[in-house]
Amino acid sequence: MTTYLVTGVSVLGGTPCDLLLRDGRVLDPADAPRDAVTVDAEGLVALPGLVDLHTHLREPGREDAETVESGSRAAAAGGFTAVHAMANTEPVADTAGVVEQVHNLGQTAGYCDVRPVGAVTVGLDGRRLAELGAMADSAARVRVFSDDGICVSDAVLMRRALEYVKAFDGVVAQHPQEPRLTEGAQMNEGAMSGVLGLVGWPAVAEEAMIARDCLLAGHVGSRLHVCHVSTSGSVELIRWAKSKGWAVTAEVTPHHLLLTDELVATYDPIYKVNPPLRTSEDVAALRAGLADGTIDCVATDHAPHPTEDKECEWGAAAMGMLGLETALSVVQHTMVDTGLLDWAAVADRMSVRPASIGRVFDQGQPLQLGSPANVVLIDPTVVRTIEPMESQSLSRNNPFRGMELPGRVVATFLRGRPTVLDGTLL
Amino acid sequence: MRRHLLSSADLTRDDALEILDTAAELLSLADRPIKKLPTLRGRTVVNLFFEDSTRTRISFEAAAKRLSADVINFAAKGSSVSKGESLKDTALTLEAMGADAVVIRHGSSGAPHRLATSGWVRSCVVNAGDGTHEHPTQALLDAFTLRRHLGDLEGRRVTIVGDVLHSRVARSNALLLSTLGAEVTLVAPPTLLPVGVSTWPVQTSYDLDGALDKSDAVMMLRVQSERMNDAFFPSAREYSRRYGLDDRRFARLPDHAIVMHPGPMNRGMEISATVADSARSVIVEQVTNGVAVRMAVLYLLLGGSTGGQPTAEEAAL
Repeated sequence: MTTYLVTGVSVLGGTPCDLLLRDGRVLDPADAPRDAVTVDAEGLVALPGLVDLHTHLREPGREDAETVESGSRAAAAGGFTAVHAMANTEPVADTAGVVEQVHNLGQTAGYCDVRPVGAVTVGLDGRRLAELGAMADSAARVRVFSDDGICVSDAVLMRRALEYVKAFDGVVAQHPQEPRLTEGAQMNEGAMSGVLGLVGWPAVAEEAMIARDCLLAGHVGSRLHVCHVSTSGSVELIRWAKSKGWAVTAEVTPHHLLLTDELVATYDPIYKVNPPLRTSEDVAALRAGLADGTIDCVATDHAPHPTEDKECEWGAAAMGMLGLETALSVVQHTMVDTGLLDWAAVADRMSVRPASIGRVFDQGQPLQLGSPANVVLIDPTVVRTIEPMESQSLSRNNPFRGMELPGRVVATFLRGRPTVLDGTLL
Repeated sequence: MRRHLLSSADLTRDDALEILDTAAELLSLADRPIKKLPTLRGRTVVNLFFEDSTRTRISFEAAAKRLSADVINFAAKGSSVSKGESLKDTALTLEAMGADAVVIRHGSSGAPHRLATSGWVRSCVVNAGDGTHEHPTQALLDAFTLRRHLGDLEGRRVTIVGDVLHSRVARSNALLLSTLGAEVTLVAPPTLLPVGVSTWPVQTSYDLDGALDKSDAVMMLRVQSERMNDAFFPSAREYSRRYGLDDRRFARLPDHAIVMHPGPMNRGMEISATVADSARSVIVEQVTNGVAVRMAVLYLLLGGSTGGQPTAEEAAL
C-alpha cells in the first residue's frame, strides 16, 4: 500500500505541518519511508474525512437515479469517507438481507464506507416495527433507523422504536412531518405559497412533531436524531430539548443553509424538496443553530432523481436535490466565510459529530498519531462555478447550478488510500 | 407587453390599459354581421386544456377565430396526455406543428410558467388558468366589465367574496385591479384566506355585511362544496348564510353597484337566483367581454409587433 506524505497542510486551519498516511493510519512524518509519495498541500486545509448521516443511494430499485457505486463516487468527490444510505429503496431496507446487500455494494465500490440505515417499520408503512435487532446484528451493523421521507407519526410506534433501539445503542432518525397538516404540500407555507397558489407545508407540521418526539425521547431515555431541521422554531425546540439533558441530536442540510422559498417563484422543480426551502429568517436561525451547536451536524439529504422527474410541472415533480459534491462548498460559503464556524468546528459538524451519532467508530477521529487515515484536503481559496454535468452522480438535479461557491476538494483518503487526488476522482 | 401572459403581475398599468382599450375597439365587432378580422390569418393558436373547461376554451376559440387564426383544440382527455405523456413531450409536439400561441389551462400551478420558460416551445404562452395560481384573462375581462360600468377604476371599491385560497380568479383580480387603482377587499372565512394574504395589495375581512355598503362591485367566487369535507367550513348552508349574496344582502348594496361571478355559479350557494338574474348582475356580459379581451390579448401578443390598436383599415372591416 502506497504511503503518502502530505506536506505543509493546515490541519483544521491550524499551523502548517506534515501528515504521514501509512498502513491506513496517521503516523509520524519523521518515519516517512523513502518511497512515500509526497502530496504538496501548502495552502490546503486538512479535515477528518466527512461523514454524511443522510444520503439516498437509490440502490436497490432506482439504479436509473443513482447506484451505490455512483453515489459513493460522488461522496468521495465531495470529501466524504462515510455515508449513511437511507432505507427508502425498492425493496425497502427493512431486513438484514437488504442492509447487508447495500453494505456489500459499498465495500465493492470502495469509495467510502457505506453504512445502511434500517427502516423503522416494515415497508415504511408505519404500522409494524421492522426487525431492527436483526439489522443491528447483521454484517452491516446498523445503528441508525429511519423511515425517512415518511414520518413515524404514530406516537406509540415511535415510542416503541425509541425504546427498542436502546438494546444495541441505536438511534431513531425521524423525518418530522405531521402528515395531516401536509397533505398535498408543495412548498413552504407563507407569503410565497399564497401568491404562487401552491399548497403550503407549514412550519408547525415540522415543529409539532419535533416537540412530540423530544418529549418521547426524554420520557423513555432514548436517542433521537432529528433529520433535516428546516425552521427557526425547530431550532428553538431542539435547543430546549438539549437544555433538558435529553439525548436529542439534529442535522441541517446545505440547501436549507443557503436557499429560500423565493426560488420557487421560478416554478422550476429543481427547487422542490422535502422539507421545503423556507424563508431567509429560517436560514439565519439554522446557521445560528449550527454555529452554537444546537444543530449537531450538516447532512446532505443527497436525493438523486432522473431528469424526467424534474423536467415537468411543479406539482408532478419529485422532491429532492443533490448535495454530496457541494456540501463542503456551501458550508464554507454560509458558515466559514461568514465567520460563524472555523475549520475545526466544520470538522466537528461534518465529521466528528455525525460519526458519533451513527456510532461509526473509525470515522470522525481527530487527525493525530494513530488515527485512521480518513482525511480530506481542501483548497478554500478556489472559487468554482457549479456545473451539474461535472457530477459523479447519475442524476443532475443540482439546485446550486451556475452558482459561484468557494472551496474545492483536492484529495480524499479512505484509510490511507486516496479516492480523490489532485482534484480528480480515482 | 411581454411575449407571454402568465400572471396579472406581469402587466403594468399601461400594459393593462392597452389590452382593455384594444378590447373595447374589438368589442364593436361583436355587433356586426360579419364578426371577423384578418389580423391573425395564417397563425396557429393551440388551446391546450389539461382540465375540463367549456366556457374558457370556447371563449379563446371564438377570439382566435374572429382574428382569422387557425385553432387547434388539444384536450387532455382522449389525447396522449391521459396515457401519461409529459408536459414537455406535449409541448415539443405542439412546437413541431408550428404553434404560434399556446393557450394553456392546467391543474398544476405554474405549468404555463414552466411551458414559457423551459425552452420547450418558442410560441407565446397564455395562461388560461393554472391550478390555484392565476387566471389573468379572467381578471382582464372582469376589469373590462368593471370599467364599462364604473369608468376609471381609480379609487373604486371591489369586494371579492369566497374561496380565495383556492381561487385563481381572486389572485389575478387582486393583482390587476390594484394595478388599475381599485381598492380590493377580499372577504372569506379565515380558513379560505391564504397564509400571507397580508402581503397582498388588498384589504381582507371575514364579515361580508360590513363590506357591502361601500362596494361599487361585488364579485362572488364559486365555492366547491367538497371543501366542506376538508373542514374549511361546517356546511354548505352555514357558508351560504354567512358568505352568500342573498336577496337581503343584495338590497343593501349601493344602487350603482354591480354583481359579478366568473362562473359557473352554484345558485343558492354563493349567490341567490334572484341576484344572479337581476338587472345589476353583469354575469352574462362578462362572458361576452371575455371574447373581446382574449382577442385583444392574442392580437397584442401575436400581431402586436406593429403595436397598439388595430389599423384603421382593420377596424373598418
